[in-house]
Amino acid sequence: MDLYELFLGSGGWARLLCQGALLTVAVAAVGLLIGAALGIALAFARVSGGLPLRLMADAYTTVLRGVPDLLVIYLLYFGGSSLLSSLGNAVGATGFIGMPSFATGVVALGLVSAAYQAEVYRGAYQALPWGELEAARACGMRPALMFRRVIAPQVLRHALPGLANVWQLVVKESALISVIGLVELMRASQLGAGSTRMPFVFYAAALCLYLVITSVSGYLFLWAESVSFKPYRRA
Amino acid sequence: MDFAFLSETFTALLAGLPLTLNLALTSTVIGLIGAMALALSRQSGVALLAYTAKAYVFVFRGTPLLIQIFLIYYGLGQFRPTLQEWGLWGVLRSSYWCAIIALAMNTAAYGSEIIRGGIAAVPHGAIEAAQACGMGPVLRLRRIVFPLALRIALPAYGNELILMVKATSLASVITLMEITGLASKLISQTYRSVEVFACAGLIYLVLNFLLTRMVHALEWKLSTERRRTA
Repeated sequence: MDLYELFLGSGGWARLLCQGALLTVAVAAVGLLIGAALGIALAFARVSGGLPLRLMADAYTTVLRGVPDLLVIYLLYFGGSSLLSSLGNAVGATGFIGMPSFATGVVALGLVSAAYQAEVYRGAYQALPWGELEAARACGMRPALMFRRVIAPQVLRHALPGLANVWQLVVKESALISVIGLVELMRASQLGAGSTRMPFVFYAAALCLYLVITSVSGYLFLWAESVSFKPYRRA
Repeated sequence: MDFAFLSETFTALLAGLPLTLNLALTSTVIGLIGAMALALSRQSGVALLAYTAKAYVFVFRGTPLLIQIFLIYYGLGQFRPTLQEWGLWGVLRSSYWCAIIALAMNTAAYGSEIIRGGIAAVPHGAIEAAQACGMGPVLRLRRIVFPLALRIALPAYGNELILMVKATSLASVITLMEITGLASKLISQTYRSVEVFACAGLIYLVLNFLLTRMVHALEWKLSTERRRTA
């Protein structure tokens, strides 16, 4: 059993695994972005929405944080597929039309991470010094300008440590998308394990690649944090 | 709304509840013992122990649970002859035990960090006072450090318990028919994903709600002196 030949020789598996790792990063990043958009909307609803809006946002975060992510992925994949199939049958196509796995995956990660991100942004907003908002209003800033100049930059800065946590979570959860057939790192290692009958080698290799992704991005977030807090005095 | 189908689905999914609870409870108990061992190793002052524990936590917190489960269930199969020789194959062949092992090893890593935080937050004065009373290290740990650390760590540990309940859903990927396993089977049979999702989600939500209430009750029970002053 020559590991060098297995991974790096002609037709070796290193290429597929690395492509899988890149796809993992891509899925997680797009998922995080979708989650950010929805999460900001949710946080906004909880901070300054009316009662019905606040209750809805509250219910959303409770449900999505209390239900296993695998269930959310199944819901989106099978629900979306049966919807697509019936639409397809209506225009004359026959049989089962599956949801595209990348789109399903990023939406699932977005929906789940939005619930976590909403709490992060809400906490960051509440950490804003109240006086600054009053000062901005006293200067005659309109809400949009205030959001852009005062709120957004500071909320982002305060949210960075929490966002780093959510990012790690999203990277690890992206492995679940392998169940609907997207060839990200997890699925790539499954393919290798299946066709070489060396599951331990492949899953261990994928484990190491996940460690590289999480630790490198962890350091990047730490670096971003230290940069964004430079103008501030820290206790 | 098809109430007959909903109630049928609900009863079908409830059949998976015992396995979900079994997985969560067994692996949490084993994982808690592992977490304490890891936390004590980190604090032991023996460099080898501390670094091993640190590396363990780094690996298990930095990788997806799914790959840990696959590594144990499918990966160790590569060494089947050796494992048979050692008499471990009987355990590692069963998907139930592999799920338990993976979940327990995973929660041990997260739990050890929580316990370490709790131990680090024990006031130094309390430890000094115990030393001054002539308590030995083991007695000090048992009477002073652990009870205080437990109380400090409990809220964070409650979060970990909820994560564990959700994590048991991954056992369905290695053929265990707990709630999520039954749900995915029902969805692929009936294609009524919204209804099945609603039923399964409701069971998990109720489970997690009861769990948070129980942790709150325990917190309340353990905070006797704060209640007296309040």
